[in-house]
Amino acid sequence: MKKLLLSLLVIFMGFTLNAQEYFPKNDGVKTSNSNYTVFTNAIIHTSPETEIKNGILIIQKGKIIQVGTSLTIPKNSIVIDLQGKHIYASFIDPYTNFGIKKPEKQGNPFGGNPQYDASREGYYWNDHIRPETNPLKDFSYDKKKAEKYIKEGFGTLNTHMPDGIIRGTGLLVALNNHGTEGERLISDASSQLLSFSKSAKSKQLYPTSLMGSMALLRQVYLDASWYAKGNTNNKDLSLEALNRNKNLPQIFEAGSRINGFRADKVGDEFNIQYIIVGGGDEYARIDKVKATNAKYILPLDFPEAYDVSDPYMAKLVSLGDMRHWNQAPTNPSVLAKNGIQFSLTTHKLKKIEDLTTRIEKAIEHGLDKQTALASLTTIPAQILGKGDILGAIKKGAYANFLITSQELFSKDNVIYENWVQGHKNIVNDMNTTDINGKYDLTLAGKTYELSISGKPAKPKAEVKFGETKLGSKITYKDDWVSITFTGIDTTKTQYTRIVTTINNNPKFWTGKAILPNGAETTFTAKQKPKEDTEKNEKKPEDKKEAPKVLPITYPNIAYGTSKLPKSENLLFKNATVWTNESEGILMETDVLVKDGKIAAIGKNLNSGNAKVIDATGKHLTSGIVDEHSHIAAAAINEAGHNSTAEVTIEDVVSPDDINMYRNLAGGVTSIQILHGSANPIGGRSAILKLKWGESAENLIYNNSPKFIKFALGENVKQSNWGDRERVRFPQTRMGVEQLYIDYFTRAKEYEQLKNSGKPYRKDIEMETLVEILNGKRYISCHSYVQSEINMLMKVAEKFNFRINTFTHILEGYKLADKMAAHGVGGSTFSDWWAYKYEVNDAIPYNATIMHNQGVTVAINSDDGEMSRRLNQEAAKSVKYGGVSEEDAWKFVTLNPAKLLHIDDRVGSIKVGKDADVVLWTDHPLSIYAKAEKTIIEGAIYFDLEKDKTNRKAIAKERNQLSTMLLKAKNNGLKTQPPKKKEKQHFHCDTVEHIH
Amino acid sequence: MKNLSYIMLLLIVAFGNVTAQQTPAKSQTEAITITGATAHIGNGEVIENSIIIFENGKITNIGVNGSATAKGKVIDASGKHVYPGFIAPNSTLGLVEIGAVRATDDDSEIGGFNPHIRSIIAYNAESKIVESMRPNGVLIAQTTPRGGWISGTSSIVQLDAWNWEDAALKTDDGIHLNWPSPFTRGRWWLGEDPGFKPNKKYTEQVIEINDYLYQVKATIQSNSGKKHLPHLAMAKIFDGSQTLFIHVSPEKAILDVLSFIKEQGIKKVVLVHADEAYKVANQLKQENIPVLLTRTHSTPNYEDDDYDLPYKNAKTLMDAGVLVALENSGQMERANARNLPFQAGTVAAHGLDKEKALQLITGNTAKILGIDDMVGTLEVGKDATLFISIGDALDMRTNQLEKAFIQGRDISLESHQTKLWKRYNNKYSK
Repeated sequence: MKKLLLSLLVIFMGFTLNAQEYFPKNDGVKTSNSNYTVFTNAIIHTSPETEIKNGILIIQKGKIIQVGTSLTIPKNSIVIDLQGKHIYASFIDPYTNFGIKKPEKQGNPFGGNPQYDASREGYYWNDHIRPETNPLKDFSYDKKKAEKYIKEGFGTLNTHMPDGIIRGTGLLVALNNHGTEGERLISDASSQLLSFSKSAKSKQLYPTSLMGSMALLRQVYLDASWYAKGNTNNKDLSLEALNRNKNLPQIFEAGSRINGFRADKVGDEFNIQYIIVGGGDEYARIDKVKATNAKYILPLDFPEAYDVSDPYMAKLVSLGDMRHWNQAPTNPSVLAKNGIQFSLTTHKLKKIEDLTTRIEKAIEHGLDKQTALASLTTIPAQILGKGDILGAIKKGAYANFLITSQELFSKDNVIYENWVQGHKNIVNDMNTTDINGKYDLTLAGKTYELSISGKPAKPKAEVKFGETKLGSKITYKDDWVSITFTGIDTTKTQYTRIVTTINNNPKFWTGKAILPNGAETTFTAKQKPKEDTEKNEKKPEDKKEAPKVLPITYPNIAYGTSKLPKSENLLFKNATVWTNESEGILMETDVLVKDGKIAAIGKNLNSGNAKVIDATGKHLTSGIVDEHSHIAAAAINEAGHNSTAEVTIEDVVSPDDINMYRNLAGGVTSIQILHGSANPIGGRSAILKLKWGESAENLIYNNSPKFIKFALGENVKQSNWGDRERVRFPQTRMGVEQLYIDYFTRAKEYEQLKNSGKPYRKDIEMETLVEILNGKRYISCHSYVQSEINMLMKVAEKFNFRINTFTHILEGYKLADKMAAHGVGGSTFSDWWAYKYEVNDAIPYNATIMHNQGVTVAINSDDGEMSRRLNQEAAKSVKYGGVSEEDAWKFVTLNPAKLLHIDDRVGSIKVGKDADVVLWTDHPLSIYAKAEKTIIEGAIYFDLEKDKTNRKAIAKERNQLSTMLLKAKNNGLKTQPPKKKEKQHFHCDTVEHIH
Repeated sequence: MKNLSYIMLLLIVAFGNVTAQQTPAKSQTEAITITGATAHIGNGEVIENSIIIFENGKITNIGVNGSATAKGKVIDASGKHVYPGFIAPNSTLGLVEIGAVRATDDDSEIGGFNPHIRSIIAYNAESKIVESMRPNGVLIAQTTPRGGWISGTSSIVQLDAWNWEDAALKTDDGIHLNWPSPFTRGRWWLGEDPGFKPNKKYTEQVIEINDYLYQVKATIQSNSGKKHLPHLAMAKIFDGSQTLFIHVSPEKAILDVLSFIKEQGIKKVVLVHADEAYKVANQLKQENIPVLLTRTHSTPNYEDDDYDLPYKNAKTLMDAGVLVALENSGQMERANARNLPFQAGTVAAHGLDKEKALQLITGNTAKILGIDDMVGTLEVGKDATLFISIGDALDMRTNQLEKAFIQGRDISLESHQTKLWKRYNNKYSK
């Protein structure tokens, strides 16, 4: 009771202490409290690196006045002796939405007409750009939640409105449950928050894709600087806010490793270093994470174990996901070991209370305690630019600190108190008497053995009679103990209750007992000597093994490689060589590969130091080039506008797509990932070599030719999108022509203005169109019907440029002569048709007719399945129309390389070209051919033999991880049902959704 | 050459855009003998340098060249290959013309239990897609409804006919049941993870199907005089005169199907798709359950799977002794049905003997569909539904048909597509 009064007193003092000096007072006399609170004899961890033994900490008015060893204690001090206890700075979480409700999506996502324009006026043209958001009006301090944070050790939270791409400013809030908003709010513009996700408050479509979000961010930055120079007549509250927020810490919620890279790339282009909220999977490509130079904020939502007890269901979980379960707890330690600074966050944890166990787990997985502490104190303080007042125990800082029983993160540590802005919060009563130990409990003539263990303030009890263990429950509060336990005869439901205060003698209790029959009597409990019991208990803990973590591969899924393949010198002996050059098909010929290039072609070549591969009876060809692919991308269509020349697939290349490996197994070495066909002017392409295991940027061709996707016909008219999609121009082929003329006319005007030297608003979309006009960017245009194909050629001619490729081009055969005259290539399907009205006249002879008319013809896939069999698709041109085998083979190798302007590097077996070659088991156009080895720049990326080894290794590792998962389940850990991650197969028509 | 173009031009002017469909061939009146070809029987056997005679639509002789005397019109096919017409089971050929145009879409009726719905009624014998099958050797199809738990009743058609009655080889051959999946996709629009997870309603859905069949059996026994059309439409699966085609893929679901068959006492069952049948191949063999296996040209279902799993799947089943044939349902299934021979060829590329691979689209298919008394192999007494290819018909380079016969009728190998090919070749040769 005395203690209770004391804490009430402190609270009361707190109120008076913090009333603002200049506020009028009508409920009493005006007072001010300038007394000190002094903590003595503590081990003060002033920072993660430094500690003061027997230290003194002096605080006053919510701030730290002094910290040190031999300090003079002012007379008007309340002194608290913390002998043997520790003081740490309270934690800071830089990424929460504490007290701010995330807005809910409005209405049925499928309902209503699509919305292309912004809902707001006076702001930016896109509703998802909301830098002006100051969440203070939506903020409501949540005491209950604050208590949870306080219990975990937090003193300060950064919170924000988790809505939109640019989300506005953050609030930095002290968890001062006793203060006023004015006291708690440390900053109402602590940071600016960003993400790739759209606002739930608007249904404005743009951007519909990740690459659209990236392009939008770039344009916003450009527009903000244009606006800052006073070039705009209208008021734009969003851009004004963005300019205002420029110097704040910029926190970007990426949510995954690869999106972190994407965010960083955009930031770098504008000299902004984002602080990246990661996804917990950073460990798998740590070099790239390091190269961002970003500070990270890491969530600790390590995946729960998958429940694999039902093997039929277990197969849903991929090896990659199993591994992630196993490896994710190493994420913080891997970052730490690589010198990457990070803060930890409760973001994504289901319960704030999970923090401690997750940090313990990270520590078990190699995170050192000092870094763990820094990641909760000094680093988040620095990230938020508040290192002077938060995160450390130093003069002038907020009196935000923890009092603990032992070192933080040690097994039996207890947080006693968490002081925030000079206010005490009791987490565990530090004056609790430790009653742990073994007792002889004597009651009604019988002696029981009572053992009490666990955390002193929340002990566990075990009652035994002889060898029989009885069910029991203990309550221990304010020095009162009560224990209920079951009877000796376990077949009957009988309870005995005992209750006593331990104030008199904690080692020898006497108190009241109530027997099962209701009779009251007395009991005694005498503690046994402690030493021998403790020794026995400690041992098993030391034995705890370090957790087994399996090695990562590149990519970190099945068929990934532990080391990236290296370029080798190889000599193929005695192959049938399809040169694609004037030499034609050479029999029994050797090909030497050196330093990633084709070095020699001939008979009886000298191997030198090259590895010899006997290719007798086999065929060697250049690798297949797929002009139209949608694999290895996180997004394909930006469907939010009728022109999206500002987006690029290069932003969203996904190097972890198993379809890359499967394409290699089909002899494919280069692909163009095209934007989809949702709009007449689509996005820019990415041209890749399928170097399985490399990062996204290393997959993209060096000095890649520049391409953009255009599209015609039903898709861009939205003919098959449902009846609501009738509001976007154009809805007819007539409109499509005018759209192009409009955009190219504007692009010309834009270029004139730009070249005139007058100020101009930099517009990424227009910049791209200008590249097209100047022949610096090539168009690959999705097309079906002859009328529109003809139209686009005429539009291009009007603007003095040339269309590079018509892709699909299913009616190309109807105007192949015009195509040849224009000089455009045709990249077509071998035999697709009948899936929509505009392909009614598609014929499998299309490639042949175009070829015969002198058009450069390629056969493409547009499909992650068919791309594995492009050799078969090429062979169909032999069947349909009788193209020669040599020419048919060029349809999937040299010709697409020509269309992509990479034929100086790939597409044929010619001395000096890249050694991108495939060794086939059979005639490559034959249905019976299998790719035996697929080689890019002399490095073997697919090998039938290696594939067999991989399969065995995958089975073995799955089994190993399954055993570990089952063990985790049996140990009582929480599990999640098996899940299979969505791996969407993209086609041109796929319109993906970002949430 | 000039003359030829002129004649072609005339032909095009005369017929070019008038007929949507090739005119069905007249009945066989004269005996036809094909000599010298490599005859691929469709049961695993080959006869090099063969003689094949057919009269009145039926094969009357097949053997080594010289073993019989040629009759009627003789076609010298030396160095060429003869195959039985390929069969496309579980197909929607003739039920949908243009995927994206709803008005042309007739493959799926509303409602969950539609055993009384008959695909043959909607079969469009004049479909442009149907005629495009023939130049690749696909001459027979099982036209099959889609949707619901029980989609309806399929029929088997030959692909050169004036109307659906002419086309029918076997009407109402089987009923198609779509087995529930133990897995379900998350509803992303409600914020769920869009991947696959266990289907919590699976058991409930299996019970719903079982209950329906109990009702059917009760109705069959009933003498109330009231007709329940859907229930009565299912009667024949209990006496074996109709096959129950169960569309099912995951291993666990297949095992549940095996219990279901026993519990319900269904006489003749075929598994369709059956991606994971290879995992329970021994049980399928023991219980004598055949499989119409999912398309070869597909990507593996799971990231960790062997890249060539769909390619070799049929071989695994065949090696285990399961009766298996290939089907091609899925995206763009109708237009792509003409690639059925290449789907079989792909299995051969991944280890299966070529003649066995051929069985996957001929002899085995006929057995599974219960039409092996009529078609599927080149054997005496069967329909003369066969074709001559200049080379290996499982390889696209050499799948080049010179002649094709359905029930002995010398059918046209032209199509909407070959007409356009000729028309535009002609345009450019001027």
